[in-house]
Amino acid sequence: MAENNRAVLKLKEKFAASIIDVVEFRGEVTVTVAKDAIIEILSFLKQSLQFNQLTDLTAVDYEGKKEDRFMMVYQLLSIPHKDRLRIKTPVSEAVCIIPTASQVWKTANWLEREVFDLFGIVFDKHPDPRRILMTEDWVGHPLRKDYPLQGPDREPYKGRLS
Amino acid sequence: MGVDNPLGDNVITTSLDLLVNWSRKSSIWPMTFGLACCAIEMMAAGASHNDLDRFGIIFRASPRQSDCIIIAGTVTKKMLPVIMTVYEQMPEPKWVIAMGACACSGGIFDTYSVVQGIDEALPVDVYIPGCPPRPEALLFGLMKLQDKIMTERNSFGSAIGLGERYIPEAA
Repeated sequence: MAENNRAVLKLKEKFAASIIDVVEFRGEVTVTVAKDAIIEILSFLKQSLQFNQLTDLTAVDYEGKKEDRFMMVYQLLSIPHKDRLRIKTPVSEAVCIIPTASQVWKTANWLEREVFDLFGIVFDKHPDPRRILMTEDWVGHPLRKDYPLQGPDREPYKGRLS
Repeated sequence: MGVDNPLGDNVITTSLDLLVNWSRKSSIWPMTFGLACCAIEMMAAGASHNDLDRFGIIFRASPRQSDCIIIAGTVTKKMLPVIMTVYEQMPEPKWVIAMGACACSGGIFDTYSVVQGIDEALPVDVYIPGCPPRPEALLFGLMKLQDKIMTERNSFGSAIGLGERYIPEAA
Protein backbone atom coordinates (compact mmCIF):
# COMPACT_ATOMS: atom_id res chain seq x y z
CA MET A 1 0.00 0.00 0.00
CA ALA A 2 1.03 3.55 -0.64
CA GLU A 3 1.20 4.34 3.08
CA ASN A 4 3.96 1.78 3.56
CA ASN A 5 6.01 2.88 0.55
CA ARG A 6 9.50 3.78 1.74
CA ALA A 7 9.50 7.08 -0.13
CA VAL A 8 6.02 8.08 1.04
CA LEU A 9 6.94 7.38 4.68
CA LYS A 10 10.03 9.58 4.48
CA LEU A 11 8.28 12.34 2.54
CA LYS A 12 5.42 12.46 5.05
CA GLU A 13 7.95 12.67 7.84
CA LYS A 14 9.97 15.45 6.29
CA PHE A 15 7.62 17.43 4.01
CA ALA A 16 4.22 16.86 5.64
CA ALA A 17 3.09 20.42 4.92
CA SER A 18 3.89 20.22 1.20
CA ILE A 19 2.19 16.93 0.36
CA ILE A 20 -1.17 17.43 -1.31
CA ASP A 21 -2.13 13.87 -2.17
CA VAL A 22 -0.82 10.29 -2.19
CA VAL A 23 -2.40 7.78 -4.55
CA GLU A 24 -1.62 4.19 -5.41
CA PHE A 25 -3.06 2.69 -8.56
CA ARG A 26 -2.06 -0.75 -9.85
CA GLY A 27 1.12 -0.70 -7.81
CA GLU A 28 2.18 2.74 -9.02
CA VAL A 29 2.60 5.34 -6.31
CA THR A 30 1.92 8.98 -7.13
CA VAL A 31 2.68 11.81 -4.73
CA THR A 32 1.28 15.25 -5.50
CA VAL A 33 3.23 18.02 -3.84
CA ALA A 34 3.18 21.80 -3.71
CA LYS A 35 5.22 23.67 -6.30
CA ASP A 36 7.17 25.74 -3.75
CA ALA A 37 8.90 22.69 -2.28
CA ILE A 38 9.45 20.77 -5.50
CA ILE A 39 13.23 21.18 -5.76
CA GLU A 40 13.77 20.39 -2.06
CA ILE A 41 11.67 17.25 -2.43
CA LEU A 42 13.33 16.12 -5.64
CA SER A 43 16.81 16.72 -4.19
CA PHE A 44 15.85 14.80 -1.06
CA LEU A 45 14.53 11.92 -3.17
CA LYS A 46 17.75 11.77 -5.12
CA GLN A 47 20.27 12.32 -2.31
CA SER A 48 18.66 10.43 0.57
CA LEU A 49 16.33 7.92 -1.06
CA GLN A 50 18.53 7.10 -4.07
CA PHE A 51 16.05 7.88 -6.83
CA ASN A 52 19.06 8.29 -9.06
CA GLN A 53 17.32 8.27 -12.42
CA LEU A 54 14.74 10.67 -13.82
CA THR A 55 13.13 8.46 -16.47
CA ASP A 56 10.77 11.11 -17.73
CA LEU A 57 9.57 14.60 -17.08
CA THR A 58 6.44 15.90 -18.73
CA ALA A 59 3.33 17.99 -18.19
CA VAL A 60 -0.43 17.68 -18.58
CA ASP A 61 -2.81 20.44 -19.63
CA TYR A 62 -6.05 20.33 -17.60
CA GLU A 63 -7.57 23.43 -19.20
CA GLY A 64 -11.04 24.03 -17.74
CA LYS A 65 -10.91 20.85 -15.67
CA LYS A 66 -8.75 21.84 -12.74
CA GLU A 67 -8.09 25.02 -10.84
CA ASP A 68 -4.39 24.98 -11.74
CA ARG A 69 -4.16 24.45 -15.46
CA PHE A 70 -0.92 22.49 -15.74
CA MET A 71 0.44 19.50 -13.85
CA MET A 72 4.15 18.74 -13.96
CA VAL A 73 4.94 15.04 -13.78
CA TYR A 74 8.30 13.56 -12.74
CA GLN A 75 8.85 9.82 -13.21
CA LEU A 76 11.59 8.61 -10.91
CA LEU A 77 13.48 5.31 -10.76
CA SER A 78 15.73 4.07 -8.01
CA ILE A 79 18.15 1.57 -9.50
CA PRO A 80 19.60 0.32 -6.16
CA HIS A 81 16.13 -0.12 -4.60
CA LYS A 82 14.43 -1.31 -7.82
CA ASP A 83 11.34 0.86 -7.32
CA ARG A 84 9.64 3.75 -9.04
CA LEU A 85 7.85 6.88 -7.88
CA ARG A 86 5.78 9.51 -9.64
CA ILE A 87 5.85 13.08 -8.35
CA LYS A 88 3.28 15.59 -9.58
CA THR A 89 2.98 19.27 -8.93
CA PRO A 90 0.32 21.72 -10.10
CA VAL A 91 1.39 24.83 -12.03
CA SER A 92 -1.11 27.63 -12.55
CA GLU A 93 -1.51 29.47 -15.84
CA ALA A 94 -1.07 32.86 -14.16
CA VAL A 95 2.29 31.93 -12.61
CA CYS A 96 3.45 29.55 -15.31
CA ILE A 97 6.97 29.16 -13.95
CA ILE A 98 8.66 26.40 -12.00
CA PRO A 99 12.27 25.96 -10.83
CA THR A 100 14.38 23.75 -13.07
CA ALA A 101 15.10 20.17 -12.05
CA SER A 102 18.23 20.13 -14.18
CA GLN A 103 20.22 21.07 -11.09
CA VAL A 104 19.15 17.73 -9.59
CA TRP A 105 19.23 15.46 -12.65
CA LYS A 106 21.17 16.63 -15.72
CA THR A 107 18.77 14.78 -18.03
CA ALA A 108 16.02 17.24 -17.06
CA ASN A 109 17.71 19.82 -19.30
CA TRP A 110 16.29 18.59 -22.62
CA LEU A 111 13.09 17.21 -21.10
CA GLU A 112 12.32 20.64 -19.68
CA ARG A 113 13.10 22.24 -23.02
CA GLU A 114 10.50 19.93 -24.56
CA VAL A 115 7.91 20.87 -21.91
CA PHE A 116 8.65 24.55 -22.44
CA ASP A 117 8.39 24.12 -26.21
CA LEU A 118 5.09 22.26 -26.24
CA PHE A 119 3.33 23.59 -23.10
CA GLY A 120 4.94 26.97 -22.51
CA ILE A 121 5.87 26.32 -18.90
CA VAL A 122 8.92 28.43 -18.07
CA PHE A 123 11.73 26.82 -16.09
CA ASP A 124 13.43 29.21 -13.73
CA LYS A 125 17.27 29.21 -13.91
CA HIS A 126 17.25 26.71 -16.77
CA PRO A 127 20.77 26.58 -18.30
CA ASP A 128 19.53 26.57 -21.93
CA PRO A 129 15.91 27.79 -22.19
CA ARG A 130 15.39 27.37 -25.96
CA ARG A 131 12.79 25.44 -27.93
CA ILE A 132 13.85 21.90 -28.79
CA LEU A 133 11.34 20.46 -31.31
CA MET A 134 9.60 23.34 -33.04
CA THR A 135 11.49 25.96 -35.04
CA GLU A 136 12.93 28.87 -33.09
CA ASP A 137 10.46 31.37 -34.60
CA TRP A 138 7.40 29.22 -33.84
CA VAL A 139 4.49 31.08 -32.25
CA GLY A 140 2.50 29.26 -29.56
CA HIS A 141 2.85 25.97 -27.73
CA PRO A 142 1.27 23.11 -29.72
CA LEU A 143 0.37 20.65 -26.94
CA ARG A 144 -1.79 23.18 -25.11
CA LYS A 145 -5.45 22.24 -25.35
CA ASP A 146 -6.38 25.62 -26.84
CA TYR A 147 -3.85 25.28 -29.69
CA PRO A 148 -5.66 24.44 -32.95
CA LEU A 149 -4.68 20.94 -34.06
CA GLN A 150 -4.23 21.86 -37.70
CA GLY A 151 -2.34 25.04 -36.92
CA PRO A 152 -3.54 28.61 -36.37
CA ASP A 153 -3.36 29.50 -40.08
CA ARG A 154 -5.89 26.90 -41.24
CA GLU A 155 -9.64 26.50 -41.14
CA PRO A 156 -10.29 23.72 -38.60
CA TYR A 157 -11.62 20.42 -39.92
CA LYS A 158 -15.27 20.03 -38.89
CA GLY A 159 -15.89 16.49 -40.06
CA ARG A 160 -16.65 15.01 -43.45
CA LEU A 161 -20.20 16.25 -43.86
CA SER A 162 -19.60 19.91 -43.08
CA MET B 1 0.91 32.74 -76.36
CA GLY B 2 3.80 33.76 -74.20
CA VAL B 3 6.02 30.94 -75.41
CA ASP B 4 9.60 32.07 -75.94
CA ASN B 5 10.89 29.88 -78.77
CA PRO B 6 13.09 31.86 -81.20
CA LEU B 7 14.13 28.73 -83.13
CA GLY B 8 10.51 27.87 -83.95
CA ASP B 9 9.09 24.44 -84.66
CA ASN B 10 10.65 22.83 -87.72
CA VAL B 11 11.99 19.42 -88.53
CA ILE B 12 15.54 20.33 -87.53
CA THR B 13 14.77 21.90 -84.15
CA THR B 14 12.20 19.30 -83.16
CA SER B 15 14.63 16.51 -84.03
CA LEU B 16 17.30 18.19 -81.93
CA ASP B 17 14.74 18.62 -79.10
CA LEU B 18 13.96 14.94 -79.37
CA LEU B 19 17.64 14.08 -79.05
CA VAL B 20 18.09 16.34 -76.04
CA ASN B 21 14.89 15.03 -74.41
CA TRP B 22 15.91 11.44 -75.06
CA SER B 23 19.29 11.94 -73.43
CA ARG B 24 17.68 13.72 -70.47
CA LYS B 25 15.02 11.09 -69.90
CA SER B 26 17.62 8.34 -70.15
CA SER B 27 19.77 9.79 -67.41
CA ILE B 28 17.46 11.08 -64.68
CA TRP B 29 19.80 11.44 -61.76
CA PRO B 30 17.71 11.87 -58.60
CA MET B 31 18.94 13.50 -55.44
CA THR B 32 19.60 11.02 -52.64
CA PHE B 33 17.09 12.46 -50.22
CA GLY B 34 14.75 10.39 -48.08
CA LEU B 35 12.38 11.80 -45.47
CA ALA B 36 10.39 8.88 -44.05
CA CYS B 37 9.19 5.35 -44.78
CA CYS B 38 8.79 6.14 -48.52
CA ALA B 39 12.58 6.41 -48.63
CA ILE B 40 12.79 2.70 -47.78
CA GLU B 41 10.70 1.90 -50.85
CA MET B 42 12.82 4.31 -52.88
CA MET B 43 15.94 2.42 -51.78
CA ALA B 44 14.25 -0.85 -52.65
CA ALA B 45 13.46 0.53 -56.10
CA GLY B 46 17.11 1.50 -56.51
CA ALA B 47 18.47 -1.87 -55.35
CA SER B 48 19.11 -4.92 -57.50
CA HIS B 49 15.63 -6.45 -57.60
CA ASN B 50 13.91 -3.45 -59.22
CA ASP B 51 17.15 -1.84 -60.37
CA LEU B 52 16.59 1.79 -61.35
CA ASP B 53 20.04 1.78 -62.97
CA ARG B 54 18.66 0.08 -66.07
CA PHE B 55 16.72 3.31 -66.77
CA GLY B 56 19.87 5.34 -66.30
CA ILE B 57 18.53 6.49 -62.94
CA ILE B 58 21.52 6.80 -60.64
CA PHE B 59 21.14 8.40 -57.21
CA ARG B 60 23.53 11.26 -56.70
CA ALA B 61 24.69 12.44 -53.31
CA SER B 62 24.91 16.10 -54.32
CA PRO B 63 22.15 18.43 -55.51
CA ARG B 64 24.68 19.99 -57.92
CA GLN B 65 24.73 16.75 -59.92
CA SER B 66 21.00 15.97 -59.74
CA ASP B 67 18.19 16.48 -62.25
CA CYS B 68 15.33 15.29 -60.11
CA ILE B 69 14.31 15.34 -56.48
CA ILE B 70 12.03 12.60 -55.19
CA ILE B 71 10.18 13.94 -52.15
CA ALA B 72 9.98 10.58 -50.39
CA GLY B 73 8.04 11.07 -47.20
CA THR B 74 6.39 13.44 -44.76
CA VAL B 75 7.53 17.05 -45.11
CA THR B 76 7.49 18.78 -41.75
CA LYS B 77 7.48 22.54 -41.54
CA LYS B 78 10.87 22.30 -39.90
CA MET B 79 12.26 20.30 -42.85
CA LEU B 80 10.77 22.49 -45.59
CA PRO B 81 13.55 25.14 -45.64
CA VAL B 82 16.11 22.34 -46.01
CA ILE B 83 14.25 20.85 -48.99
CA MET B 84 13.89 24.30 -50.55
CA THR B 85 17.65 24.86 -50.18
CA VAL B 86 18.45 21.50 -51.78
CA TYR B 87 16.01 22.18 -54.63
CA GLU B 88 17.47 25.62 -55.27
CA GLN B 89 20.97 24.13 -55.42
CA MET B 90 19.98 21.79 -58.25
CA PRO B 91 20.89 23.00 -61.75
CA GLU B 92 18.25 23.43 -64.46
CA PRO B 93 16.59 21.46 -65.95
CA LYS B 94 15.11 19.92 -62.81
CA TRP B 95 12.02 17.93 -61.99
CA VAL B 96 10.16 17.11 -58.78
CA ILE B 97 8.40 13.85 -57.93
CA ALA B 98 6.03 13.81 -54.95
CA MET B 99 6.21 10.23 -53.71
CA GLY B 100 3.50 8.94 -51.41
CA ALA B 101 0.41 10.36 -49.73
CA CYS B 102 2.35 12.64 -47.36
CA ALA B 103 4.34 14.39 -50.09
CA CYS B 104 1.22 14.70 -52.27
CA SER B 105 -1.22 16.01 -49.66
CA GLY B 106 0.11 15.68 -46.12
CA GLY B 107 -1.45 12.22 -45.91
CA ILE B 108 -2.64 11.13 -42.49
CA PHE B 109 -0.68 13.96 -40.86
CA ASP B 110 -3.38 16.63 -40.98
CA THR B 111 -1.65 18.60 -38.27
CA TYR B 112 0.12 21.82 -37.37
CA SER B 113 3.67 20.59 -37.91
CA VAL B 114 3.29 19.03 -41.38
CA VAL B 115 3.25 20.72 -44.80
CA GLN B 116 0.00 19.72 -46.53
CA GLY B 117 1.65 18.63 -49.77
CA ILE B 118 5.04 19.62 -51.16
CA ASP B 119 3.27 21.38 -54.05
CA GLU B 120 2.73 24.26 -51.62
CA ALA B 121 6.46 24.97 -52.07
CA LEU B 122 7.85 23.20 -55.16
CA PRO B 123 6.53 22.70 -58.73
CA VAL B 124 5.64 18.99 -58.75
CA ASP B 125 5.80 17.09 -62.07
CA VAL B 126 4.58 13.65 -61.01
CA TYR B 127 2.45 12.62 -58.04
CA ILE B 128 2.73 9.00 -56.91
CA PRO B 129 -0.07 7.88 -54.57
CA GLY B 130 0.35 5.12 -52.01
CA CYS B 131 1.34 4.80 -48.39
CA PRO B 132 4.07 4.02 -49.14
CA PRO B 133 3.99 3.36 -52.90
CA ARG B 134 5.54 0.04 -53.88
CA PRO B 135 8.78 0.19 -55.90
CA GLU B 136 6.73 -0.68 -59.01
CA ALA B 137 4.65 2.45 -58.42
CA LEU B 138 7.77 4.57 -58.12
CA LEU B 139 9.08 3.00 -61.34
CA PHE B 140 5.80 3.81 -63.05
CA GLY B 141 6.01 7.38 -61.78
CA LEU B 142 9.54 7.74 -63.08
CA MET B 143 8.42 6.37 -66.47
CA LYS B 144 5.62 8.95 -66.46
CA LEU B 145 8.27 11.60 -65.83
CA GLN B 146 10.23 10.21 -68.80
CA ASP B 147 7.10 10.53 -70.96
CA LYS B 148 6.67 14.10 -69.73
CA ILE B 149 10.29 14.95 -70.53
CA MET B 150 9.79 13.60 -74.09
CA THR B 151 6.93 16.07 -74.66
CA GLU B 152 9.08 19.10 -73.86
CA ARG B 153 9.78 21.55 -76.68
CA ASN B 154 12.68 23.88 -77.36
CA SER B 155 14.88 21.85 -75.00
CA PHE B 156 17.72 22.19 -77.53
CA GLY B 157 17.19 25.93 -77.95
CA SER B 158 17.07 26.54 -74.20
CA ALA B 159 20.21 24.45 -73.72
CA ILE B 160 22.15 26.84 -75.99
CA GLY B 161 20.57 29.89 -74.38
CA LEU B 162 17.75 30.64 -76.83
CA GLY B 163 14.28 30.81 -75.28
CA GLU B 164 12.78 28.53 -72.66
CA ARG B 165 11.69 24.95 -72.39
CA TYR B 166 7.95 24.44 -72.47
CA ILE B 167 5.37 21.72 -72.73
CA PRO B 168 2.80 22.34 -75.49
CA GLU B 169 -0.75 22.60 -74.17
CA ALA B 170 -2.88 19.47 -74.55
CA ALA B 171 0.23 17.50 -75.40
